[in-house]
Amino acid sequence: MAQIEIQTFPEGKVLQLSGRLNAQTVAPLWAQASTLGVCEVDASKVSYCDGAGVALFYLLIQGGARIKDLAPPFTELLDAFQADTPLYQAPIPAKIGWLTALGKATAEHKTAMRCAITYLGELSAAMHQVLRSPSKLRITEIFTTASKNGADALPIVALIAALLGMILAFQSAIPMRQFGAEMFVADLVGLSLVRELAPLMMAILLAGRTGAAFAAELASMKVNEELNALTTLGLNPIRYLVLPRVIATTLMAPLLSACAVLIGLVGAAIVMLSFNIPIQTYITRVSSIVHLGDFAGGLFKAAIFGLEIALIGCFRGLQAGSGASAVGAATTQAVVSSIVAIVISDGLFAFVFYLLRW
Amino acid sequence: MQHAIIKVKQLQCGYGDHVILRDVSFEVNKGEIITILGGSGCGKSTLLKHMIGLLPAQQGTVLIGDEDIISAQGEVRQRILARIGVMYQSGALFGSLTVLENVMLPLAEYTPLNAAAREIVARLKLRLVGLDAYADFLPSALSGGMQKRAAIARALALDPQVLFLDEPSAGLDPITAAELDALILQLAHSLHTTFIVVTHELASIFTIADRAIMLDKQAQGVIAIGAPKTLAADPNPRVSDFFTRHAY
Repeated sequence: MAQIEIQTFPEGKVLQLSGRLNAQTVAPLWAQASTLGVCEVDASKVSYCDGAGVALFYLLIQGGARIKDLAPPFTELLDAFQADTPLYQAPIPAKIGWLTALGKATAEHKTAMRCAITYLGELSAAMHQVLRSPSKLRITEIFTTASKNGADALPIVALIAALLGMILAFQSAIPMRQFGAEMFVADLVGLSLVRELAPLMMAILLAGRTGAAFAAELASMKVNEELNALTTLGLNPIRYLVLPRVIATTLMAPLLSACAVLIGLVGAAIVMLSFNIPIQTYITRVSSIVHLGDFAGGLFKAAIFGLEIALIGCFRGLQAGSGASAVGAATTQAVVSSIVAIVISDGLFAFVFYLLRW
Repeated sequence: MQHAIIKVKQLQCGYGDHVILRDVSFEVNKGEIITILGGSGCGKSTLLKHMIGLLPAQQGTVLIGDEDIISAQGEVRQRILARIGVMYQSGALFGSLTVLENVMLPLAEYTPLNAAAREIVARLKLRLVGLDAYADFLPSALSGGMQKRAAIARALALDPQVLFLDEPSAGLDPITAAELDALILQLAHSLHTTFIVVTHELASIFTIADRAIMLDKQAQGVIAIGAPKTLAADPNPRVSDFFTRHAY
């Protein structure tokens, strides 16, 4: 237990400290000690003093106190901590005006844009290099990535697609039954799944699963200086790491989308059965309304979504800063940017398909 | 009579069924500085991780004070952990916190100090390792050696009775390494802090260690314990060659 006792003499205040000075005993003394000001501290009865005790002495010394009779080991400790020297104060950063802030933000965006363009340029160059000498393409890596991000993603895509088909069929069948139009649920579900929902849902899943994985993997490699190691080995990280991922994801996305369409339609068929629509009738309706062009349009969209997800995921990973938190930041940015890009490009597809009457 | 603060009794360490070290027994007295030595892969870091309760022992006990960290659970384990500080080989600073926040974290969790007091304690610890000007930096902005020093400051935050340091001098320049040795001696002298240091640095071993524990991969255990100068003159060449840097 530590004690603090203050005696006032004509020459000034004398503070007597006694007992053990550690975090537990210093805490209740702190407020009192911080208001003492100039005084003399009799530390002859201090029996123990650790880092918290040193902090208390620092506070007293900086307030103008003079320490006397502290046992030699603790005096050495005060010297080691340089308790008589004020702590380093970081310079306060100068305030910047809104115009400067705007200029800085613009410059940062310009730099980011330049990085993105450089990245696309390097990827194009790597693609060109691979086309000229296909042996430079890491085929095994493409298959491994396709397996991890395509085949392994199939169960979750199948589950969501089946539920989506069932929910869509069920929610539309109830109001349409009031008009005796349950039959047209097949048209609605078929067209919306093939043209829009299956590619979009698959892309959002892929962004959360594959895009995040790419960003985290590449960001970790950057933090661990593995990218530097690749560069000094004479291997271009874009060709070695990014290209196989981009190719694998662009190829797997349409396949996943096709699976999502089929499974979604099966889910809807099960619901239609409960509304007394025979399977044969349902298949006939779907095949009469959904044309090959619709299916091809959906698959094309899915491929572009896959391309975007891989490009953005890898880009965010390569752009990561240093430290563990940079990996988390890169992953978050990859998922958010991918979803925004998917939604924007989906809107553009809708507009272009309308113009083309596709 | 000296009081043993750590008692390792017939400890068998390993991963799964694979045994790395067997029948390890030694005691460490309060205020003593012990270095753990041995060639690469002999189990130095494995022994350290068992001594701080990070890995489950295959057999044996590690008493810190009078409590076995191997079998301790819940509050008992928390109590033991509050008495020890650990500096990991890579620093293991929390990347999302500044250096100052890293050092303040254990103070906020385990002490009743207010925020102002915690900050002064933490800044003083950083000054002790020469990093007071880098308190507001993120660990990623520091060099490897600075991260190690910041990790030592964090390990020191609670003024633990026992401090485990895993290769503290590796990657440091000779002057900083010598300053670190002086700091270890200072803390052992002033606060009677006990140090368990895994190191390969011969200069450090001869400067700081009261005793050294030599591990050997072939023997799967301790082959010598004693003062560094005694071990350097040991008749067993596997022990003395470590000190003379004799290559096979």
